[in-house]
Amino acid sequence: MKHKLRFAAVLLFLPLIFSPLLAQEGEEMQDGLLAEMQIEPPPQAVITVAEDMPNDGGHKLTVRWEFPKEFTSSVVRFEVYRAYSPDGEFVLRGESPNDFYEYLDIGDREEESPNYMPNDSSYYYKIVAVGTEGVSSESEVGGPYKTYGQWFHTGKVPLLIAVILFCIFTIYFVLSAKGGKELYIRPLAGIEAVDEAIGRATEMGKPILYVLGIGTAAEIATIASFTILGRVAKKVAEYQTSLIVPCYEPIVMSVAQDIVRSAYLEAGRPDQYDEDSVFFVTNAQFAYVAGVNGIMVRDLPATNFYLGYFAAESLLLAETGNAIGAIQIAGTDQVSQLPFFVVACDYTLIGEELYAASAYLGRDPLLLGSLKAEDWAKGILMVLMVLIILAVLLGWDAPREWIRVNL
Amino acid sequence: MKRRVPLMMVFVVSLFMVVQNFVPLDEWNWIYQFLLDWTMIIGILSLLLGMWSLWKVHTQKIKRKSENYGYSFITLSGLILMLIFGFFPGSGGIENYWYRSFFYYIMVPIQATMFSLLAFFIASAAFRAFRARSVMATLLLLAALVIMVRFVPMGPLSPIVSDAAGWILKVPNLAAKRAIIIGVGLGAVATALKVMLGIERSYLGRD
Repeated sequence: MKHKLRFAAVLLFLPLIFSPLLAQEGEEMQDGLLAEMQIEPPPQAVITVAEDMPNDGGHKLTVRWEFPKEFTSSVVRFEVYRAYSPDGEFVLRGESPNDFYEYLDIGDREEESPNYMPNDSSYYYKIVAVGTEGVSSESEVGGPYKTYGQWFHTGKVPLLIAVILFCIFTIYFVLSAKGGKELYIRPLAGIEAVDEAIGRATEMGKPILYVLGIGTAAEIATIASFTILGRVAKKVAEYQTSLIVPCYEPIVMSVAQDIVRSAYLEAGRPDQYDEDSVFFVTNAQFAYVAGVNGIMVRDLPATNFYLGYFAAESLLLAETGNAIGAIQIAGTDQVSQLPFFVVACDYTLIGEELYAASAYLGRDPLLLGSLKAEDWAKGILMVLMVLIILAVLLGWDAPREWIRVNL
Repeated sequence: MKRRVPLMMVFVVSLFMVVQNFVPLDEWNWIYQFLLDWTMIIGILSLLLGMWSLWKVHTQKIKRKSENYGYSFITLSGLILMLIFGFFPGSGGIENYWYRSFFYYIMVPIQATMFSLLAFFIASAAFRAFRARSVMATLLLLAALVIMVRFVPMGPLSPIVSDAAGWILKVPNLAAKRAIIIGVGLGAVATALKVMLGIERSYLGRD
């Protein structure tokens, strides 16, 4: 019985005696395994190609590499390095996730930029696969890879086709109009009212205020407004009414002065042209509003024209004009300002109607022809939109891709 | 000749602008930027023209003692004072104390006042626009009401009003806006083409 108890005690204590030794052995084994894992870096990536990115000035390269898929989990990320020569200093350009074997290297075109990437130059790349335990492996240096600028942006082919078609339309209709073909143009209330508005001012013996907006002379809306100003000024000269044109921009003022002067000349009344009737106010937006509103409440014009590019000042001007009881004709291509003009003015030229106004007023066949081309382009665009929507609804996506412009 | 040279210049420059849109080469972009820079330079230089016009108009008013010619005094004083503060040797340019004070404590509050007037003008314009005199005007009034009350807490009605407002903005409103924008885009191209081809030449003024 005594021996049995001793044997049992020994059996109980044996694990306790050997456990440190076993634990030590386990730790050693684990350390050994870890050491093995840490020492073993992930396999090398192999750079397959670095292609110049199309449709740019030559400042982008797409680097691609291969990597054994079974080792994906052993890699945290890939680091992409670039140098100007195989022995040169490799600079980190960016990182790529462990399951994505491609990197788009985008440089700047400006020489002053630290990220400058000259075009028509050769580059060398290497890929560093960073392992889970921080051990990494470098690929062989790949290169030279060259960047170069393109002469044509292939992503803009649909745009080019549209421009060419539109030019053909315009030239065709202009030639038709020149050939004496009668072109029907839908009447516009705002344009029909121009003569009536000028006549009203003449009868009342009050001036006409013409505001060209706050756009520069390069704005399409301002250019369209110049044309209308010419027609209005000619009528004003014929009716011997006075015209006030306060300008926001000095270049616009200079052009407007020339247009009004030539309109008076055309009307056979150059002596009545007052150079100070077209003048500069300021190019501070709300100071300009204050100036024009001041003119309105002091001179009480009978007719106000607001034609051109307008922003927040549109309602400030139109409401003041409404308050003084002037007949008001407005037109802008700024969609956000149109509701204000519609509410506060008697007639409003919506969007492209402003551009078309010169053709309506002048009835010049050349201008009418271009207007007709515009209408045809709109018609074709509408048909095209309906057809493409139908195609997409029926599950045919290709037409959508044909007209996609990739900028 | 006086007319042909500017027209030729317009044609060449605008043709370049059209073509460069399709050519991504650096050299073309450089010329494009160069031309844009020049527009800016010309714009800045033209300020002298504007100042001359301002000076001429207001001195004439003072000379003739036209009605309210006192305002012309204030305008010219502002112009002269700001020029002195900004350009006087040793004044510190735009960092000058008086220049900054005039700008921040007179110009900015006055401009803010003008802008704030917009709230009242919107109210008066809305009052006129939303009078239900016809079916269309009533529709406009209803749409405006829905848009206006969409942020007002209305208990269980809130999500319905919010959805209705969202639909008005995203469907009929956006459709109309896009139609105008497409028209504007085509109109702009047509006008640009007219200017480029010399069909539209009113901006050149006298023949």
